[in-house]
Amino acid sequence: MHPILKLIAQRLALGLLLLFAASILIFVGTSILPGDVAQSILGQSATPEALANMRRELGLNEPAVTRYFTWLGGVLQGDLGTALTNGRDIAESLGGRLKNTLFLAFWAAAISVPLAIFLGLLAVRYKDRWPDKLISAVTLTTISIPEFMIGYVLIYWVAIKWRLFPSVAIINDSMTLGAKLNAIAIPVMVLTLVVLAHMMRMTRAAILNVMQSAYIETAELKGLGMLKIIRKHAFPNAIAPIVNVVMLNLAYLVVGVVVVEVVFAYPGMGQYLVDHVSKRDVPVVQACGLIFAAVYIGLNLVADIVSILANPRLRHPK
Amino acid sequence: MTEPLLKVRGLKIGATAYPPGEKPVAIKIVHGVDFDLEAGKVLGLIGESGAGKSTIGLAAMAYGRGGVEITGGEVWVNGRDILKENLRSLRRLRGAEVTYVSQSAAASFNPAKKIMEQVTEAAIFQNKFSKAEAEARAVELFAKLGLPDPENIGNRYPHQVSGGQLQRCMTALALCPEPDLVVFDEPTTALDVTTQIDVLAAIKEAIAATGVAALYITHDLAVVAQVSDHIMVLQQGDMVEYGTVDQIINNPKEDYTKALVSVRSINHEEKTPTDTPVLRVENVTARYKGTNFDVLKNINVDIHSGQTLAIVGESGSGKSTLARVITGLLPPSDGQITFDGRVLSPDLATRPIEDLREMQMIYQMADTAMNPRQTVGTIIGRPLEFYFGLKGKAKQKRIQELLDEIELGDGFQDRYPAELSGGQKQRVCIARALAAKPKLIICDEVTSALDPLVADGILKLLLNLQKIEDVAYLFITHDLATVRAIADSIAVMYQGKVVRYGPKSQVLAPPFDDYTDLLLSSVPEMKIGWLEETIEHRRMESAGN
Repeated sequence: MHPILKLIAQRLALGLLLLFAASILIFVGTSILPGDVAQSILGQSATPEALANMRRELGLNEPAVTRYFTWLGGVLQGDLGTALTNGRDIAESLGGRLKNTLFLAFWAAAISVPLAIFLGLLAVRYKDRWPDKLISAVTLTTISIPEFMIGYVLIYWVAIKWRLFPSVAIINDSMTLGAKLNAIAIPVMVLTLVVLAHMMRMTRAAILNVMQSAYIETAELKGLGMLKIIRKHAFPNAIAPIVNVVMLNLAYLVVGVVVVEVVFAYPGMGQYLVDHVSKRDVPVVQACGLIFAAVYIGLNLVADIVSILANPRLRHPK
Repeated sequence: MTEPLLKVRGLKIGATAYPPGEKPVAIKIVHGVDFDLEAGKVLGLIGESGAGKSTIGLAAMAYGRGGVEITGGEVWVNGRDILKENLRSLRRLRGAEVTYVSQSAAASFNPAKKIMEQVTEAAIFQNKFSKAEAEARAVELFAKLGLPDPENIGNRYPHQVSGGQLQRCMTALALCPEPDLVVFDEPTTALDVTTQIDVLAAIKEAIAATGVAALYITHDLAVVAQVSDHIMVLQQGDMVEYGTVDQIINNPKEDYTKALVSVRSINHEEKTPTDTPVLRVENVTARYKGTNFDVLKNINVDIHSGQTLAIVGESGSGKSTLARVITGLLPPSDGQITFDGRVLSPDLATRPIEDLREMQMIYQMADTAMNPRQTVGTIIGRPLEFYFGLKGKAKQKRIQELLDEIELGDGFQDRYPAELSGGQKQRVCIARALAAKPKLIICDEVTSALDPLVADGILKLLLNLQKIEDVAYLFITHDLATVRAIADSIAVMYQGKVVRYGPKSQVLAPPFDDYTDLLLSSVPEMKIGWLEETIEHRRMESAGN
């Protein structure tokens, strides 16, 4: 077998193992939360008999290990259980929410990743001159301001003063793509500003690191121009660290946008999770946790695999 | 007389240093150098590190590496003073009229691109050739440079060819755009001696065949004597002497040049082996964890007390692995090591402290073998505390004794490694090893990173200390001149085996086995025409077989 396939297979297996470990952590973590699910469903005035019935119904009297495997077995078959609070199928309600979250994350990424890499390249080209300093100053400022703050500032200017885009980002399936994009314009801007600096700085650092290499000098002594050197000789060797930071930020766009969703009343996963945490709806919390873990592990797995593929020594063994 | 291809007048080069906490200091690297180079001729630039050779070479492309700046003078290429040109027109000069071959082809090739793309890049970018023409020319050059499978080698990535092959590819890269001048910056220094001779011959033939002029930079006078028409000797940024190869080699005028020509003047009388060796390596076979390849195969050697065993071989022959096995860093899979009559534990961790004390090491890179935050006194004092429990005055006295032994005067105790020269750093490492009063010191390529004259001083010191302290050396090196200078017995290693072993006088005397013959005959001699003679000799021999 090609050694690279072996490496990738190893990574995939490790990723699955990690996901399994995460599922245990999630289950244990939610199980040791104080309080009683039956109590919180039935309220303070419930009779002891009602509570006992409820516990039996929910399977809470079974040992934890049995409950874990029952839960895991269901998850593997696509059954995330039913929400305690409204009795709905979790997979169904979650599906729409996840789709919305991914929709927002996708557009934020589609704008921020190319922009960050382009700005990083530009910063390297004009290193220590005013474009570099300006890019660094602006992106560092936006990363330093809390995202809800950026959100409200943008709402004030873009939505209220200039009336360009709506301040509330409510979307549903009956809307056209254009209408949806119009609705999420401001949240996308906020997310872009939040993740831009990290990716831009890493692109800049990774390429500057490569620029110290002897082969960059070779390229300079061939008479190549700076931009061509960066594009042809530096960038291909800086892909691995750049992809890593891009994936970390993509993961953040999926699992870390709770605040932005709340600010814009966006019907995504984050809000769904927060709602149900406050209602102590354990199955929903477990399902959300598991999906977030899967996204995180999956994206990092992609970063790993891209790093492996970007290494010519692994791609073309002797 | 026609205008020379390259005319350098009053070239001054400097850099700015930023010592921590102080104001920036301007350093002068080259203080006013003049020379001419005619089209199609080869000028050798020779000198020790810091002489400004590479800096002058790159000035022919108006390029300063890192913070280096050309501060004055004129550099005329093809009738234009290139120091007056802007970056845009310089970019048409670099890679078209003047090209560059660096010391480390391995680092100078982009690991992510195929060789062909990199070799033809400048020729295509500079509009010298179309892609097809450039590729045809590259294949032609690959063949001329003696690369295997010239049609297809360009499709490989740099890591897929050997170091010697990559160095030839770098030469092809420089010659592909049909430049007028190539700057060769130590192109064979990083290669094994048996590889060097072939690359050297390939470069020389390619220069002759293409009629290109060259600046050939090296610290090895014997090498430059093979390829140059003229030689310029540099010392600390000044020209010491300029002349034809014949005049410099056979009739040097300046003292410094004479010292370079006569370097390795050590005369060492071989000692006869004693009955009881201090270290006996028996049937040692070793491999690295997770591999199924024996790096060492059934090694048997002895080191006698107060004597030197030189282990010589190319990179990858297992020399340093043997040192790792002896010190216990790599337990052997088979065989045993006897030290001073007792069998050593194979693993370092289980050896008693006395065993550790009696065997010390000195490394190739003195720089990385010392803690940069500790003073010389602390570095040498550490083994005194650790092995002998010396403290206070007694320790100070012993440190001073050791500093005297390594010929460093007063005032070195409080210095930091960064304040020492390369030779002085290596001396401190020697003192640290001696501080433990060892019976055996393993010296791993200890002079390889040093300039010839400095290395000579270190070898003399080591021989002197051997007399005083009666310490044995296991001397690992790839440099046969060093071996000649200091060994009592020699083991020649090749592919993990000892192929020849015995007293120096026997090992270095014919009849030779094939490998030792190849190794010995590959060492450049300071003689004009040596390269052609050797290559011709080999051709005849292989034709005879």
